[in-house]
Amino acid sequence: MAKKVKPEELLQYDLKPPRQEWVDTPVELKPGTFCWGAKGKNLQTVGFPNARDWSPTEEDWKLPEDWQETILEGIADRLKKYRSFRLFMDVCVRCGACADKCHFYMGSGDPKNMPVLRAELLRSVYRRYFTTPGKLLGRWAGARELTPDVLKEWWYYFFQCTECRRCSVFCPYGIDQAEMTMMGRELLNLLGLNTDWIAGPVANCYMKGNHVGLEPQTITSNIEFMLEDIETVTGIQIEPNFNRKGAEILFVAPSGDFFAEPGTYTFMGYLMLFEELGLDYTLSTYASEGGNFGFFTSNEMAKRLNSKIYAEAKRLGVKWILGGECGHMWRVVHQYMDTWNGPADFLEEPVSPITGTKFENAKSTKMVHIAEFTADLIQHNKLKLDKSRNDHLRVTFHDSCNTARGMGILEEPRYIIRNVCNHFYEMPEETIREKTLCCGSGSGLNAGENLELRLRGGFPRANAVRYVREKYGVNMLANICAVDRAAMPTLMDYWVPGVGVTGVHELVANALVMKGEKERTTDLRGMPLLGKDGEA
Amino acid sequence: MWAWREVRELKILYPLLGVLALVLLAYAGVVAHLNVFFGIVVPYLAFLLFLVGFMVRVITWGRSPVPFRIPTTCGQQKSLPWIKQNRLENPSSALGVVGRMTLEVLLFRSLFRNLKTEKRGDRLAYGSAKWLWLGGLVFHWSFLIIVLRHLRLFMEPVPVLITQLGDLDSFLQIGIPLFYITDGLILAALTYLFLRRVLVPQIRYISLQADYFPLFLLLGIAASGVLMRYVWKVDIVEVKALTMSLVTLRPEVPLSIGAIFYIHLFLVSALFAYFPLSKLMHMGGVFLSPTRNMINNSRSVRHINPWNYPVQVHTYEAYEAEFRAKMKKAGLPLETE
Amino acid sequence: MYKGGRIIAGLLLFACLALMPFLINIGKAAAKPSPQVNTPFIQQLTTQTCVEPAAFMKTEHMQLLNQWRDAALRDGKTVYVNSQGQSFPISLENSCLKCHSNPQQFCNTCHTYAAVKPYCWDCHNQGGTSQ
Repeated sequence: MAKKVKPEELLQYDLKPPRQEWVDTPVELKPGTFCWGAKGKNLQTVGFPNARDWSPTEEDWKLPEDWQETILEGIADRLKKYRSFRLFMDVCVRCGACADKCHFYMGSGDPKNMPVLRAELLRSVYRRYFTTPGKLLGRWAGARELTPDVLKEWWYYFFQCTECRRCSVFCPYGIDQAEMTMMGRELLNLLGLNTDWIAGPVANCYMKGNHVGLEPQTITSNIEFMLEDIETVTGIQIEPNFNRKGAEILFVAPSGDFFAEPGTYTFMGYLMLFEELGLDYTLSTYASEGGNFGFFTSNEMAKRLNSKIYAEAKRLGVKWILGGECGHMWRVVHQYMDTWNGPADFLEEPVSPITGTKFENAKSTKMVHIAEFTADLIQHNKLKLDKSRNDHLRVTFHDSCNTARGMGILEEPRYIIRNVCNHFYEMPEETIREKTLCCGSGSGLNAGENLELRLRGGFPRANAVRYVREKYGVNMLANICAVDRAAMPTLMDYWVPGVGVTGVHELVANALVMKGEKERTTDLRGMPLLGKDGEA
Repeated sequence: MWAWREVRELKILYPLLGVLALVLLAYAGVVAHLNVFFGIVVPYLAFLLFLVGFMVRVITWGRSPVPFRIPTTCGQQKSLPWIKQNRLENPSSALGVVGRMTLEVLLFRSLFRNLKTEKRGDRLAYGSAKWLWLGGLVFHWSFLIIVLRHLRLFMEPVPVLITQLGDLDSFLQIGIPLFYITDGLILAALTYLFLRRVLVPQIRYISLQADYFPLFLLLGIAASGVLMRYVWKVDIVEVKALTMSLVTLRPEVPLSIGAIFYIHLFLVSALFAYFPLSKLMHMGGVFLSPTRNMINNSRSVRHINPWNYPVQVHTYEAYEAEFRAKMKKAGLPLETE
Repeated sequence: MYKGGRIIAGLLLFACLALMPFLINIGKAAAKPSPQVNTPFIQQLTTQTCVEPAAFMKTEHMQLLNQWRDAALRDGKTVYVNSQGQSFPISLENSCLKCHSNPQQFCNTCHTYAAVKPYCWDCHNQGGTSQ
């Protein structure tokens, strides 16, 4: 729907807030900027409360009678459980450093997308019910009543945050809007107020093992198709295995990578790399999801989905786990998994079977990021790489929010790209590494019905891509995130046509010279290689 | 620039009136000779509220656990030995965290990163924006130095360090009594912080009464202090006699000291009493922020969540039970044939 | 309490710093300085008043001395006429210190007490005219 809107029209906004106070401005659900309400059956699958079909556009959101009590108890409970929540409710001084750091604000001008205001939506209610000045002075102390309109406002704006943590980088107290959004969404989920774009994948993942809902036989057959493509390009036959006990390594990727382009090319990259290394690994159909949409719902749901990875590693008796390219998956694996579902004492400290490198930084969680794994291979000269096979690409790298600000994996992917590509150009410093700009579709927002929101939220990133496209002729946006690969092609087509999107391991696979391969004339996508298109 | 009659500006006007009311109250106290109340009772009470309130607040925060290790990483992680880690922005040791926190608390590291985002036509542009950092830093450091300078009124004999701090602060040797640099700086910084709140549309939009009130209060304190030192002078010996009697817990009814002193003292008392109830608690809070004070080592050392509880999961057995036939057909290994 | 030890330690440090003025002064009495005005010269005076009223002198003497210095050194004026119309020679040593012949006691007790360092003695000899 928003695709019909021209970019020029979408850019008719400015960053100046309106005259009317935000507290006095009731929420308006603008079409194209929100997702459909969670279907009853999806909530029911995972046992969430108030499972029913509902529509955000209708006046009645079918809330339970005691909804207000539920929310207030929910807040009280979380204040006791999370120091971050309690602290971030209290210490904000509204200095405004975060205000213009949010991509949704930068792309829409909607003042409630300023991180500080998004937090105030919740903070104002906290003040009213949990602080003395707020109880006594009400609005004078920045407090307000919890009304159905406030609830709707929460729903609208907490699902306009991608939990990217960019605001947190600039906050003098490290106040993290991702934490606020997580709390907000947990509270909303107490009333069954989720979006179906999140509730659906959660239900899928719970029952079938992955967000996209692929059943075991579909996973294997999807991968069959990839194997055919690999054979066409390289002449090499690969036979991956699934659910195999006794393998050394369990490989877990975001399911997006075996579902749709261009993620599938990245998955082909993993398979080719492992084949060339002769790696003793297996794939699981049960733990066929690295990502975790539960993380966009509640802490408990995230833990429930995440549990499958360790459970499967234990069942299969592998030594350690290798993880594919994914953003929020790695936030979860890095900062949550071990705490939730560890200790992983049934696994061994990860050691690369090829180089002997001990991954000391993963010795407790026992899960290694594939960019760490591959960077180590390249540094040890274990891969034969022909960079020129990526010469038709002029590449820039987009740091994914989660891996940049919730982990810090910045150099590994760059090191890999520099070793597999001749043409690599960085976007402006203010838009990469810890200051990276979100794709605008993270944290469960990459739906179709909210496309306008996504295009707006992705505009700051696209704006930076446009800069390197104009300056260096960049035509490929590399990343290590499945949501990026799913969402960015739309974004690029809209804002910066002519720029493709790729996972880093697709680039690796293009450059990887495999034993016994035929002379390659195209890349994995079937695009002719420079000088190999018959002219040379 | 803005119209006073509009409701939204009342959130600036009311806090201003509030601080003016405090000034008038103190002045009324002087007129009514309520020296004991305003010179002894109020300061003691305010200090007690500050001390107890501050500790209660911090303990309340502390009682909530930190269930997950969630540092915001602002640099390269520690991974492979040949990749240069950013030890301060992505600490992997306690020492790194101490460094990170020191930079944050003493130099406002995060604010130093600040950028300004501008929309220019169909593009976004980023520029450096260090003014907030500078204004904040100047205010906080001036305030600290001023507080330390005031210790000369609470110690007898006055430690050399405090005297030297005063000397340093007045080394320009301007005027009589000597002009303190921090007096000028704090007024300038507070004025800047106020003006940006009012003049930058986004900041004005997000500002609450609770943002203006402390600004006015601090401006009132600084201004009354400056007036007391340079314009409406008071007998400093009488002032110190009072402050010393307070800290030796032998409070004496102060002899008449100028009204400006009681105004200054009352505003300071108001600040003390207000402190624990307000956003000013960021002073204690900054130390407790889990996104800044944690080591990024969650994959090498397991972080324990004290309230971690078992959850309902969908087991492999249940999964295989549902898909057994399909899995068999696809040639996938099974636990139970 | 997660990292409770550190929080308590931090709070104790905070409390100690905040209470420092109290802790340092435990058991001490607050002795207010009493500048002596009973010098032999003053005792001989019939009306024992300074160049201006005492209350004014307490808060403004530094200003007055500054004016005197400028008047004497820059403008060459030698006579000060006070608010009552009386005249005094503008001179630290011949007016002020003639009565207050005990500057070590009279000046320094308060200045030390308030940690104020007058710069009179940068030029003037404090010891020369004292008892």
